[in-house]
Amino acid sequence: MTAPCAILPDVRPQFPCLDQTVHGKRLTYLDSAATALKPTCVIDAVSEHYARESANIHRGVHALSEQATASFENARESVRTHLNAAHAHEIIFTSGTTASINLVAHSFGQLEIGPGDEILISEMEHHSNIVPWQLLRERCGAVLRVAPMNDSGDIDRDAFRAALNDRTRLVAITALSNALGTVNPVAELIKEAHTAGASVLLDAAQALPLQPMDVQALDCDFLAFSGHKLFGPTGIGVLYGKQTLLDAMPPFLGGGDMIVSVTFDQTTYNDLPYKFEAGTPHIAGAIGLGRALTFIRELGYPAIQAHETALLHDALAALQAIDGVHLIGTPAQRRGIISFLVDQIHPHDLGTILDQEGIAIRAGHHCAQPVMAHYKLAATARASFSIYNNQEDIDHLVAGIRRAQEIFK
Amino acid sequence: MNASEELYQEVILDHSRHPRRYGCPLEHTHCAAGKNPLCGDEYQVYLTIDEEGIVRDASFEGAGCAISKASASLMMEQLIGKHEEEIRELFEAFHAMVTDPDAQKKADSLGKLAAFSGIWKYPSRVKCAILCWHAVRNALDGHAVATTEA
Repeated sequence: MTAPCAILPDVRPQFPCLDQTVHGKRLTYLDSAATALKPTCVIDAVSEHYARESANIHRGVHALSEQATASFENARESVRTHLNAAHAHEIIFTSGTTASINLVAHSFGQLEIGPGDEILISEMEHHSNIVPWQLLRERCGAVLRVAPMNDSGDIDRDAFRAALNDRTRLVAITALSNALGTVNPVAELIKEAHTAGASVLLDAAQALPLQPMDVQALDCDFLAFSGHKLFGPTGIGVLYGKQTLLDAMPPFLGGGDMIVSVTFDQTTYNDLPYKFEAGTPHIAGAIGLGRALTFIRELGYPAIQAHETALLHDALAALQAIDGVHLIGTPAQRRGIISFLVDQIHPHDLGTILDQEGIAIRAGHHCAQPVMAHYKLAATARASFSIYNNQEDIDHLVAGIRRAQEIFK
Repeated sequence: MNASEELYQEVILDHSRHPRRYGCPLEHTHCAAGKNPLCGDEYQVYLTIDEEGIVRDASFEGAGCAISKASASLMMEQLIGKHEEEIRELFEAFHAMVTDPDAQKKADSLGKLAAFSGIWKYPSRVKCAILCWHAVRNALDGHAVATTEA
C-alpha cells in the first residue's frame, strides 16, 4: 500500500517576518539552520504568557502562578509527546543545545567518566559538541576520540566501529551536520555504541526541525536540541535523558527549584526534572517551544519532508547548473542544508552582495572549523531551507549569485 | 550605481585580484598576524623600519575576503616612506573613515583609501577593512597577533 502523498500547505502567511523587504528587495530567508523564523502561533503563545499569566512557577499559591505552572508543564508534555519519551520528567528545560551538552559533560562526566575513559565524537560536530568534551578531558583526564568523515561528508563507519572499545563511555554525535546537511545513520550508530557498552548523546539541533526523533525507538540515552531552530524562541532548549541515568547523575547547577530542603549542613535535591532546573527557567520560552512543537506536529513530518526534499533537490540542481559554483560535501543522505563556493568570490563577499539583493545566507565556518579543515577551506557559503521557502527563493538565490559573479567578473 | 557596486568598486576589485606588495620578504624588522576568527581571514604583515623610524619596506600575505585583501594592498602602498607616527595617524584617520559617517570629509586626504568610505554602512564588514591595519599597528607596538575578536 502506498502512503498518501503528504502536501505542505503554504505556511508563508503564518510567518510575519517574511512580510517585509530588505534593502528594498523581497526577503529570501535561507539561514534557517542558524535560526528559524517564528510563526504567529508561537509569537502569540509567548506574548499571551507575558500578557495574561506572567508569574513565577512551582512556588506561588496564587492563580497566575498556578496558571503559569500549568502552561510550563504542558509545554514539557508537548516535548515528551514529540520525542515519544517514556516520562515527562525525562525532559529537562535548558537554555539550548549548548547548555544541554554541557550539562551532560559535567554531570554524566562526574558520574561515569574518569582518567583514561573515552568519549567518541565525529569530525563533523558543531563546536558545541566538541569544546565541552575538551573541557571534560582537562578536568578528568579522559581521552577524546574523533571518528573521521570521508570527503563526501559521511562518517567513516569502519573508523567509527574501530574507535569504539571497552573504555568508550559516551558517544556524542550529531544527527544532522549543520555545515554539510549530512544525515547520520543514528539508529545504527547507537546500536554499535551500545554493543560496545557506551551511552549515546544525540545532538538533534539541526535534525529535529526536519525529521522525527523517537527516543525510545532509537534507544538513545541523551538527546539535545534548541527551541529557536524549530520555530520556537531563543534561549530555550531541551535535554532528554533516560530516567535511570538522570536519577544517578549529580545535579549540574545548584540553586532554587532544584532542592527539597536546604540547611547549611545538608541539602536534599529535588526529583526529576527539577533536580536539573535550578533557578527560574525561561518560562515564556518553554511555552513558546511547546507551541512550536505542536505546530510541527500539526503540519506533520511527512508533509514537511516532502516539501523540503523537493526544494533541496531543485536547489541542488539549480546551483550545480551555475558555472563556477561548487558544492562542498555530497553526503549519501542530506537534508535542508547546502554548503557551496563560488569561484573567485569569498563567501563573505558573496554574503554581502546577496544581502543587498534581499537574500539571507550564512557565510563562514558555521562553528564547525574541523569540517572546514577537512576540505582545507576557511569558509563556505551556506543556504539552508525550511518549510516557508519556495521555488521563488531558489530562483532569487540563483539570480543573486549571478549578480555577484557579474560584479566580480 | 547600486550599493553592491559602490562597495565593490573597481579599485577594490583590482587590489583584491592583484594585491600589491604581496609576499613574505627575506628580511623585516617588524611583523604581526591579523586574524578574524569569525570568518577565517588570516594575514601576516611585514615592515622594515630604519633607525629614524621611517618605513623602508612593507608587504603582506594571507587569505581572506576581497575587502580585507584590497584594504591591506592599498594600505601597503601608502606606508613606504612614512614615519611610524605618521602611520599611527593614518590608522586613526582610516579607522574614523570606516566607522563614522561624519568622518567622510577626511576621506579626501586618504587618496585611494577613500574607496572604503562607504563601508560604515556594512557594520559586519568594517572588521574586514580594518583587519590588516590592526596588524600593522600591532607590529609597530611589538605585538605578534591582532585579532578582531579581542
